[in-house]
Amino acid sequence: MSIDVEEKFVTPPPAPVPALEVRGLVKHYPGVKALDGVDLVVRPHEVLGLAGENGAGKSTLLKALVGLVKPDAGEIYVRGERVRLRSVVNAAEHGIGMVFQEQSLVPNLTAAENIVLGSEGAGVRGGIYRWDRMRRLAQEQLDKIGSHIDPLARTDSLSFADRQMVEIAKVLRIEQRSQHPPVIILDEPTSVLEAKEIETLFAQVRRLREFASVIFVSHRLDEVLDVCDRVTVLRSGRSVGEVPTAGAAPAELHRMMIGSTGSDDHYHDNVATRAETPARPRLVVRGLSGRTFRDVDLDVHAGEIVGIVGVHGSGREDVCRALFGAEPTTAGEVTLDGAVLQLSGTRAACAAGIGYVPAERKIEGMVGPMSVAENMTLTRQRARCSGPLVSPRKQASLVDSWISRLSIRTPHRGTPIQRLSGGNQQKVVLARWLVSGDVRLLLLDHPTRGLDIGARSEVYRLMRELANSGVATVLLADSLEEAIGMSDRIVVMSDGRVTAEVGCPSGAKPTPLDLVKEMV
Amino acid sequence: MLTSPAEDTEATVVVPARPRPRRGVSFRDAGPPVALIVIFAIFAALSPQFRSVANVQNILDAAAVLAVVACGITFVLMMGSIDLSSAGVMGASALAVALLVENNRNGNDLGLLGIALAILLAAGLGALSGLALVMLKVPSFMATLGVSAVGLGLATLMFDGVQPNISDAMLEGWATGRFLGFSGLAWIALGCVLLGWLIQRYTRLGRYAYAIGGAEEVLALSGVKVAPFKVAVFTLAGAFYGLGGVMVTSQLGAGLVQAGKGYDFAAITAAVVGGTLLTGGRGGVLHSAVGVLLITVLTNGLVQIGVSPYWQGGVQGLIVVAAVAAAVIPQRRRNQVVK
Repeated sequence: MSIDVEEKFVTPPPAPVPALEVRGLVKHYPGVKALDGVDLVVRPHEVLGLAGENGAGKSTLLKALVGLVKPDAGEIYVRGERVRLRSVVNAAEHGIGMVFQEQSLVPNLTAAENIVLGSEGAGVRGGIYRWDRMRRLAQEQLDKIGSHIDPLARTDSLSFADRQMVEIAKVLRIEQRSQHPPVIILDEPTSVLEAKEIETLFAQVRRLREFASVIFVSHRLDEVLDVCDRVTVLRSGRSVGEVPTAGAAPAELHRMMIGSTGSDDHYHDNVATRAETPARPRLVVRGLSGRTFRDVDLDVHAGEIVGIVGVHGSGREDVCRALFGAEPTTAGEVTLDGAVLQLSGTRAACAAGIGYVPAERKIEGMVGPMSVAENMTLTRQRARCSGPLVSPRKQASLVDSWISRLSIRTPHRGTPIQRLSGGNQQKVVLARWLVSGDVRLLLLDHPTRGLDIGARSEVYRLMRELANSGVATVLLADSLEEAIGMSDRIVVMSDGRVTAEVGCPSGAKPTPLDLVKEMV
Repeated sequence: MLTSPAEDTEATVVVPARPRPRRGVSFRDAGPPVALIVIFAIFAALSPQFRSVANVQNILDAAAVLAVVACGITFVLMMGSIDLSSAGVMGASALAVALLVENNRNGNDLGLLGIALAILLAAGLGALSGLALVMLKVPSFMATLGVSAVGLGLATLMFDGVQPNISDAMLEGWATGRFLGFSGLAWIALGCVLLGWLIQRYTRLGRYAYAIGGAEEVLALSGVKVAPFKVAVFTLAGAFYGLGGVMVTSQLGAGLVQAGKGYDFAAITAAVVGGTLLTGGRGGVLHSAVGVLLITVLTNGLVQIGVSPYWQGGVQGLIVVAAVAAAVIPQRRRNQVVK
């Protein structure tokens, strides 16, 4: 950071009324305390960075600020006045607007319509569209941010970056509903942008500051430091620090995000020695390329857990899906135990002995209303059949044996899986790949997402057991500590490429900071 | 759309190629009209009768009622809902109009007003579907199926065992009179398509129907109350079906309970063949109009080239499935669930 910036912000002028202030915000979800007394101050005309790891409570906080989440306790003040935000529209009336991470535009409408949606004003009279007015209204908004998008272009024909501009232009319409300078929240706006587009976005953020306050959320700390005046760091639902960015070092912020305990030992591998890994890895990936990743090389030995880490948009999820045949690839070769794998589809992957536990458990991982038994035997029908027919007795004994082996807490094997707790659901999903007994490679995409600590450690134990029985595992962990604790080796991905490979043996684990250097 | 070779070499694998902003008609939208021209050309080459002026008039007359019904259903499909009520609604309006204009059952002679009342009744039935959807949260599939039965019930009550034959000169004239070579019904259909297009393009109702199919939750996030628009769309659709029922009465010279039989699925088929997606958010009235012509030309052409009537249904079905399959080719490689 340059010196003049430092002079400008280290000693702020006598504090004016904050544009937005949050005091002691608390939000519980079943089993999780998402927000545990968050404090936050946004001054007029400043860009406040919000940093924190996955699960630190960032998105819950943002949702509370635009009225999508009703906090259990705590207060929100807008320009010194206490408010209760009931809906997005209500928040907009108070001058708070958000550019959502998943873009919130109607894809099949024009950019102009999206910008004025819900507040068309003079653009519609008596239910009749006046396209000319509409275009002009939208143009005004686009001019504010200096964007050159054609207002009458269909939104789904615009690039991602341009759509982001449309979103910002749309959010700025809240000035029409509130007389005061707005507070604009940008949630992970850079995650899918290219370097050039990010520069444009940053220029817009700096321009926004002239007439608005901005909350800027990003995983990439260098960006936060680049564009923000101050950073508030969240950790496990609390604000743990507030730092002026001038002169702040990324490492220091990281320490705040992660906490003092750099090496969490509680899921470290207890197995003292493991048989020497055989010469040839079980899974060999060479030059795998796809929509969001490129030239990925990856080796996984039998009995080994390899973690892939990377920020949002690093492409690691897509690599995982590609290995399961659920995401198209453009180049590369994958062999499993020496046999070339055709990544033609999920069926071929299953047949080859690959198991996949998807991140979206409720959507992709299980069939909610179906029973535990049916969910467990969904993939390998043969295991429960006698001849061509399902044998209820065979299925029952198979399922019951796994229920007890994994200590799945369910009233009965016939209970619909959606009635189980998250941890037990996840165990059933894992068991699906175990019942067949021939799974060779497990792809675990955030296997502990949304689980509480007890359930997590059980899933960890299960992963260990599987590895010890010779299954090769690729793990996309929920947090860096989890990746470090569970993995034997860690592959770092950034912008769709593998940028580093770090050995991670028991007793010589790297620290999260070692990895972060390669990730950003 | 074309991309210059220079752009192709610049495109990288990591970042998806940047689509160029688009305002006009997309390549995909061009499929059905091209198919229409090709099919027409094939039949015209095969059969001299098919390409006669009289036959083209026939085709347009035959397409008229379906076009009007398809106009209505298009708005519902654009929202991502479905509407199976047209058969019943048309039956009700057919009977209503037959009893309100000059007829052999009663002394009514309301003329245009009678037609308007019949359409109003149909619009009310449409509103009923919409209300069941937004107030009672009955999925549109079931709500409209129910309303169709209600419409048929009303029609049966009005029919009362004695078929009402109309003698209203104006209404009969719709089917028989010709202007510039085309029947009144064809002109009405053309007017409906134009009106539908204007609604779709220039009214909040039309644009929101389109947006609801695109991303309903975004509308809610933007503070738009969606429910009234849904009811309005079903009401509008009902009005179009009502007019369709009136037109059938004009063709038959009598009000029949079965006036709308078969139009429900024919209209959905036409809309889908024309490029309106059942999942909503794509297509429109003009698309559906092309779909109607496609279906009608197909039916007429198969007769003209002498395909046995026993074969026609099956052949038509195959062509329809093929057309829809061609429309979704770009989505096929994705790991997508189709229900």
